[in-house]
Amino acid sequence: MVGEGLTTSEEGEEESPIPPSYRHHRRNSSSAVAASCDGFPKHSHVRHPSGADTERLAASQRELAESDSRLVFLGDPGLSDPRFEMPRNSIRTAKYSLIIFLPRNIFEQFRRLAYVYFLVIAVLNQLPQIAVFGRGASILPLAFVLLVTAVKDAYEDWRRHRSDRIENNRAASVCDPHSGRFFSKRWKEVRVGEVVKVLANEGIPCDMVLLATSDPTGVAYVQTINLDGESNLKTRYAKQETMIHPPGEDHPVDPAGFIRCEQPNRNIYGFLGNMEVDGKRVSLGPANIILRGCELKNTAWVIGVAVYTGSETKVMLNSSGASSKRSRLETQMNRETLLLSAILIALCLVMAICNGIWLGNHSDDLELAQFFRKRDYSDRDDKDENYNYYGLGMQVFFTFLMSVIVFQIMIPISLYISMEFVRLGQAYFMIRDANLYDESSNSRFQCRALNINEDLGQIKHVFSDKTGTLTENKMEFQCASIRGVDYSGGTSLRENGEEHCIVAASNQILKPKMSVKTDPELVRLLRNKGESEQGKQAREFFLALACCNTIVPLVVDTSDPKQKLIDYQGESPDEQALVYASASYGFVLIERTSGHIIIDVLGNKQRYDVLGLHQFDSDRKRMSVIVCCPDKTIKLFVKGADNSMFGVIQNKVDLCMIDATKANLHAYSSLGLRTLVVGMRELSRKEFEEWQSVYENASTSLMGRGKLLRAIASNIEKGLLILGASGIEDKLQEGVPEAIASMRQAGIKVWVLTGDKQETAISIGFSCKLLTSQMTQIVINSQSRESCRKSLQDAIAMYKKFAAISPDPFENILTGIVSTRVPMALIIDGTSLVFILETELEEDLFKVATVCDVVLCCRVAPLQKAGIVALIKNRSDDMTLAIGDGANDVSMIQMADVGIGISGQEGRQAVMASDFAMGQFRFLVPLLLVHGHWNYQRMAYMILYNFYKNAVFVFILFWYVLYTAYTLTTAITEWSSALYSAVYTTLPTIVVGILDKDLSRKTLMKYPQLYRAGQRDERYSLKLFILIMTDAVWQSVAVFYIPYLVYRQSTIDGSSIGDLWTLAVVVLVNIHLAMDVRRWNWITHAAIWGCIVATAICVIIIDCISTLPGYWAIFKIMGTGLFWLCLLGITVAGMLPHFSAKVLKEYLMPSDVQIVREMDKFWRIAATTSEIQNE
Amino acid sequence: MNNSAAGTSSGSGDVSAPRRNSNRPKYSRFTQQELPACKPILTPRWVISVFTLIGVIFIPIGIAALRASTNVVEIVKRYDADCIPGNNTKAYRVAYIQDKNIDKTCNITLRVPKDMDPPIYVYYQLDNFYQNHRRYVKSRNDAQLKDRGKANDTSGCDPEDASNGSPIVPCGLIAWSLFNDTYNFSIGNQNLTVNKRGISWKSDRDHKFGNDVFPRNFQNGTLIGGASLDENTPLSQQEDLIVWMRTAALPTFRKSYGKIEQNLRENDTITVTIKNNYNTYSFSGKKKLVLSTSSWLGGKNDFIGITYLTIGGLCFFLAIAFTGVYLVKPRKLGDPSYLSWNRNPSGR
Repeated sequence: MVGEGLTTSEEGEEESPIPPSYRHHRRNSSSAVAASCDGFPKHSHVRHPSGADTERLAASQRELAESDSRLVFLGDPGLSDPRFEMPRNSIRTAKYSLIIFLPRNIFEQFRRLAYVYFLVIAVLNQLPQIAVFGRGASILPLAFVLLVTAVKDAYEDWRRHRSDRIENNRAASVCDPHSGRFFSKRWKEVRVGEVVKVLANEGIPCDMVLLATSDPTGVAYVQTINLDGESNLKTRYAKQETMIHPPGEDHPVDPAGFIRCEQPNRNIYGFLGNMEVDGKRVSLGPANIILRGCELKNTAWVIGVAVYTGSETKVMLNSSGASSKRSRLETQMNRETLLLSAILIALCLVMAICNGIWLGNHSDDLELAQFFRKRDYSDRDDKDENYNYYGLGMQVFFTFLMSVIVFQIMIPISLYISMEFVRLGQAYFMIRDANLYDESSNSRFQCRALNINEDLGQIKHVFSDKTGTLTENKMEFQCASIRGVDYSGGTSLRENGEEHCIVAASNQILKPKMSVKTDPELVRLLRNKGESEQGKQAREFFLALACCNTIVPLVVDTSDPKQKLIDYQGESPDEQALVYASASYGFVLIERTSGHIIIDVLGNKQRYDVLGLHQFDSDRKRMSVIVCCPDKTIKLFVKGADNSMFGVIQNKVDLCMIDATKANLHAYSSLGLRTLVVGMRELSRKEFEEWQSVYENASTSLMGRGKLLRAIASNIEKGLLILGASGIEDKLQEGVPEAIASMRQAGIKVWVLTGDKQETAISIGFSCKLLTSQMTQIVINSQSRESCRKSLQDAIAMYKKFAAISPDPFENILTGIVSTRVPMALIIDGTSLVFILETELEEDLFKVATVCDVVLCCRVAPLQKAGIVALIKNRSDDMTLAIGDGANDVSMIQMADVGIGISGQEGRQAVMASDFAMGQFRFLVPLLLVHGHWNYQRMAYMILYNFYKNAVFVFILFWYVLYTAYTLTTAITEWSSALYSAVYTTLPTIVVGILDKDLSRKTLMKYPQLYRAGQRDERYSLKLFILIMTDAVWQSVAVFYIPYLVYRQSTIDGSSIGDLWTLAVVVLVNIHLAMDVRRWNWITHAAIWGCIVATAICVIIIDCISTLPGYWAIFKIMGTGLFWLCLLGITVAGMLPHFSAKVLKEYLMPSDVQIVREMDKFWRIAATTSEIQNE
Repeated sequence: MNNSAAGTSSGSGDVSAPRRNSNRPKYSRFTQQELPACKPILTPRWVISVFTLIGVIFIPIGIAALRASTNVVEIVKRYDADCIPGNNTKAYRVAYIQDKNIDKTCNITLRVPKDMDPPIYVYYQLDNFYQNHRRYVKSRNDAQLKDRGKANDTSGCDPEDASNGSPIVPCGLIAWSLFNDTYNFSIGNQNLTVNKRGISWKSDRDHKFGNDVFPRNFQNGTLIGGASLDENTPLSQQEDLIVWMRTAALPTFRKSYGKIEQNLRENDTITVTIKNNYNTYSFSGKKKLVLSTSSWLGGKNDFIGITYLTIGGLCFFLAIAFTGVYLVKPRKLGDPSYLSWNRNPSGR
């Protein structure tokens, strides 16, 4: 019977498309084995054991409820589910259309509060009673900003429109449901239900359920690089039922066929549906759907039916913009902005009250005073008519509003725009930094969020994923334990390896793309044809490795026509490593089709029929495959995590062997290797038939399919014979230990959150120097809430004990100084976290975790990762940073203040969710210590400076107004007022904000401790704000009163002294900036001095307009010596306090940065020697 | 061929073409933020030199400025009170000044305290007159002053924009309130000529006030604010108006009246015949007559000299103070033992 079955399957490929269930009906007599030999695994997605899978699986195995499903009628878009309106396939990434651009864009822009403030001021200014500035000068700044932003938006949108148009007008080949002919249609016209044909290397126009492919078994390969960034090929399958007669000329689309599938959602790894075609019901899973954004590869054509189109496709649903986080500095800035508003209102109130008092005191005089002319004598009819005088109350009120207009720049609106520019500039330099370029993935640093650059300088906690972040996620097979015998002498790389892996096939040489080190003894054992038990098991072991996977071998041409390479494509790096290893030992997987695999076993090509496959899931933690061997035996191969495998072994086992294997496993995992245990069992006919019938039922069932399949798998995976175990090295990324050491010196706590098991996590912790042998490890590994509570209390007691020894640990923790106390490490696992997070135990965990130097969380689920980040974020002010590379890190990346994605092996989900993305973990050090430090210093200074420079100007206006009968006259021309914060002073702050460096990259990397300046908020605080504001008041006094006293009782006119004030304040604030610049390069020089010159030119231009009152004033006043004496005197008098305070501070209370700058300059050699002594 | 074969057979997996598009950022000193730069540090020597230098520069300037100021001879005479006969109330004074029928000529005498060399500038000084009042400074139309064709452009001139239905040239409060006291100087019986040419800015005469724009309908309203203008003289030659229209920055200001181009000897007594027309009595403003010589610094003002001396002295003091600080609390610059992580006695 078995033989018959096999013959059937081997005799004709054309048989295989027939679905098993169908065949049952037709050939009742034929054996069930035969039928299911052809049966193709319904779910062939095996994932490597990582936490992400749980989520993905859970989503795809959700049950499909009637209410949230959609009906798609094959070939008939008109009939498709009337309940929901389905969009056309045109996509629209552009935000605006021509007509709505203006209103919508303006609306979008005014969502910034700052612009609303601008607008309110401008509108106020239009009221005739309180018009302070001319219309032009009041609207100009706002209009300018709006225009620039609008032009930028319009340009970006135009580009999006263009790419949309190109995308929408691409040609798709659509089947006419009546004739069955394919005709060309534009992408945007494709509708749900239409049958679409896609050829090789074409893009997929919409999300489609596969009906047929050029491959007789229904396999199609797609590349999903645009979707999730994974460059390996993914296999997708057309259902056997629809493969029989693909829609086409000879076979029109079955009009009765329909698909019921879930509503559009964002999950690119999940799909659930079923299809009724030819009267049969077929279930559909994620493997049956190809998504827009993918490209068809290695398959001549596919035919599919559109199920989601246009904006409902998964790729469009997933295209969300960068996250919008606010930087800490910006949040703190709000406090100062509020203070400034209070100052502004106070100034305005003073003005209004003084004005009221003045008007009250002079009420009798004003009738006739030439400069006031209260009474309007021109109106002869009514002698009592007042001219422009509305009574004391109203005058006071108007004065208040006018002062708001005049003093408006107290709130530095230009700061927001400058900050955008500075961040753009900082991002430019981060992206262009050659030190952040990753050679291996050819990727630059990416700034996805533009508004939190400065947060990089204040990080206190780094939460890191392990796999792919600390490690490369490039697995390398290191050692095997077969029957308890350890083979880890992988020394000979190529000596005699050539022979094993080359497979001659019609004059051509095939070989795997990569080879691994082989253990000579094991090679000898395998080669030895003798029937030693050890040799047999070793062969079975490698056979299991070659079979039990979902790897697709792809044959790649090389430059040598005689030589071809086998590239093993798969989604799990572990499996790839195992298959490459088995190939190196002579078990080369050559071909995989839907029903069988061909393995070159030590030179003989052998065909194995794949009868069933149980995919990996996180409950069982193993996967298995049932194959029919060439010798007609049916074997079950299982591989999985050790604890799950040892639970399902044979009862009567060789305990010595098991113990030896366990010992080996322990040894491997303490080396930091990832271990897998491989087992097998030969199935009897009866067992197999039983399995098969339930498997068939389960895989076509609609309700609880996933659960059923899991149950079946657990049922058959028992009584296993342990073949052996493998150790795969998950190589540490380059520079990880050094990076961690640097970060620790910088006062950054590194927490590792991993899905790996405790031993692996600890061993990785040691290998990346996170853990050291001096550390006291607190391990919390509990199964219940009570034991968790106890462990936490023990831990607290322990650190209290240590605290008693060292003088004052809390003080040390606060100041970030590591004292002599015993370093502690907390190791906690996911199960314990379940009992701790979001309960009252959180507080205890927080206490313990914050006193520990290192926290390692193992076996954590993605959401727990976010929970741990939230633990710190919610309970302290500390800035958190999460770094990870996989989909399982997304939640943590989004939760943390700064999220960093590693653009590595595990796809782009993490990158898409991140604020910054880079290629390597070690880049974190230059990113934080260098760029973060610079960004923080620059931004903090820029904010304070902007507050200061606008305040100086406002105070000057204020002092003058005191001498104009409180009537808000400005001696400084209104144009200069409008240009002051926009043109006269902005460029230098932006340039300094982008370019100033307090310390060089080399120094910052050498002394990571300098990073603590940012953690301590050293450069931005309320104290600094008050100091600089006091300075602003003093400087405004100097600027105003020196000319005032000099020109008192002189012929000076308003415009001339106004020009003097304008120039003086611009010179003064620029000199102030110049005094604080740490590094002068030619750009800084050009910006600062250029700005002063530009101001002079602007003032000159304004004074060349003969219709303005101030015509020629600047030339007149510049011609006098007194002007220049005033300017010099103002500058020196204004800067004296700042300069003296700066000198005193730098000398008597030098900051670390200051000392290191001095070291850099004077004591380079001495510093290095003393550093050596310190160490 | 051989090379590539060897390369692939190494099994390193490096099959991708070597010339693939590299994203590696191009190296430049700019993008790597390594532009050559100067990194100034405030060393004690620098600080003391800077303070000393400022002192050295400022004190001589201050002395020179003070000397210049003391060399200026200035005669200031307040006359607004003296020129109203009798000791009287504000209402009386306002009524007096508004009465067109009274001859408001008034004589005052000035004594020259020191020799005065020409040119001697004659100024009138108004106190408490807010020429910088918002209502006032805005009340003018510069286009009208310049361009004959824009006589009707009186926007902004409220309430002195039109009178009797036709526009006023020059319109606005400023022109309307033109100062109209006049002074005649004599020493003994000899008249001192006051040159009233060139008291205004040349730029104003040439470009701001049209030479074909003539006053029209000026001071025709109910309330006379100040001087009338000669309807046959173009605005560009009405220098008193031009001077007046350069509104003063501060509520106490001087305006050029003219120049006396002859020597005045010490103890000369000058008799000034004033036509006291201008009404500052309504708002308690003061009127002063000023005769002053000038120096390179302009008029008499000690303040700039005092400022420079103060700053200079302060800088010398600071130089000494900082020297003291450096001596009392010496700190080796760039000594790593001051670093916060080295200061902690326990170390790492």
